[in-house]
Amino acid sequence: MSEQFEPVIICFTCNWCSYRAADLAGTARMHYAPNVRLVRLMCSGRLDPTFIMKALSGGADGVLITGCHPGECHYIEQNYKAQSRWLLLRRVLKGLGIAPERVKLTWTSASEGTKLTKEINSFVEEIRDQGPLAWHKNLQQEKQETSQHNPKQAPVEVTV
Amino acid sequence: MSKPKFAMYWSGSCGGCEIAVINIHEKILDVDANFDIAFWPVAMDAKVKDVEALEDEEILLCLWNGSIRNEENEHMAHLMRKKSKLLVSFGSCATEGCIPGLGNLFPVAELIDTAYTTLTTDNPDNIRPQTVTQVPEGEITIPAMKDRVHTLAQVVDVDYFMPGCPPESHQIAAVIDLVIEVLQGKAELPPKGAVIGAGHSTVCEECPRQRNLKAIKAFRRIQDVAPLDPELCILEQGVPCNGPATRSGCKARCPSVGAQCIGCYGPAEGVVDYGARLITAFASVIDSKDPEEIEQILDGIPDPAGQFYRFNLADSLFQAGAPAFKKNEV
Ligand code: SF4
Ligand code: SF4
Ligand code: FES
Repeated sequence: MSEQFEPVIICFTCNWCSYRAADLAGTARMHYAPNVRLVRLMCSGRLDPTFIMKALSGGADGVLITGCHPGECHYIEQNYKAQSRWLLLRRVLKGLGIAPERVKLTWTSASEGTKLTKEINSFVEEIRDQGPLAWHKNLQQEKQETSQHNPKQAPVEVTV
Repeated sequence: MSKPKFAMYWSGSCGGCEIAVINIHEKILDVDANFDIAFWPVAMDAKVKDVEALEDEEILLCLWNGSIRNEENEHMAHLMRKKSKLLVSFGSCATEGCIPGLGNLFPVAELIDTAYTTLTTDNPDNIRPQTVTQVPEGEITIPAMKDRVHTLAQVVDVDYFMPGCPPESHQIAAVIDLVIEVLQGKAELPPKGAVIGAGHSTVCEECPRQRNLKAIKAFRRIQDVAPLDPELCILEQGVPCNGPATRSGCKARCPSVGAQCIGCYGPAEGVVDYGARLITAFASVIDSKDPEEIEQILDGIPDPAGQFYRFNLADSLFQAGAPAFKKNEV
């Protein structure tokens, strides 16, 4: 039996909506794929694209961004900012040869435990189809292939 | 008393950093007065074996400009590290990969293919460089290209970083003054790993242009905005300007004369990924909530990876595009 690829997915959630939706899914004993690791933010607007890049370059195969529905953000319109960033980030990823589909955005309210569960499960399958991103592995492997570092950590003293 | 030794070495770069050093004019005499120039291929004749013959750390100050593009670059980086007390990653190529780093968007074989088949390349036999060639006299070799460009600090330990493409001459002069003062016991060296010869803020902070609320309905190329308002922030006029993420130190040279900042001073202090910071900056000026309209606006940035990583790709979180990790099968 060939082993199935289990993608690693980071899901950024908003404290006011999707995190609660995930909580609701938990209390209602709904099942969602164990591949996702949730990270709670105060709002999708807090999501710096650096976090996503760090996740993808550090071992994740996909990133799911969730936030309050348009018009329902607790910080007025930060979720719209998240949307613009996401759309621009996708283009940058494409330019780097990374499938933009590896980063998805979806709106979920606090009561939408079922919707979140579905979104997570289908995203896991989408990323499974994409296959591993292996970025971290690539970077690590090369490091070993190339130079032996020559650490020289002691502070330098200049005397003449 | 013998003078301390100075070296400057170049690897994958354009040579502009060397020009910038020469551009400090009569200050270069201070370098000569205070240092014994041990190795500086562009300015004087000394051989690698002369460097090899030195004691470890015998060179006090080595300015290294250039990216690590091939095996020779890497070998020399290790040698200069060993022989130098202070190794400075000098300029954008050494510090963040710079333009050579954009090669990291392609497999090496494709780069070579492109270079040897352009319309203006006279290469009727379709020759490619070989790392090893047999000639009647024996075997000759040239250094092999590495799979991708690395920064100096990715290969050896670096003491200081000096950004800029190239570093501004007034900044170079200031750094040389500082080192001389340290030699005379009048000043102390900055902490190891510090960025020297640059500011601590962003280009925007030094920029004289007027800023208001930015709300953009279209991104345009600078030549398509005629005439550019001379007083107003360039980004506010819809022209991608990398000032918000770029380290200060150049006195906002480009926006001061009517050109957008393209980011040659690298990431501003505290920025982990230069492109990510620019994504945030550019996304926040887009005046639309409708995904379709946003996509249309974004069409105005035809090459986002190039726009955001022109200088910084090799030092970014991703370090390269996916094709660079594929073994060359062109
Ligand atoms: S975005 Fe460009 S033009 Fe605008 S303030 Fe910043 S550096 Fe100046
Ligand atoms: S304005 Fe930007 S591109 Fe121009 S010199 Fe300064 S940092 Fe470099
Ligand atoms: S508060 Fe939920 S997205 Fe802003």
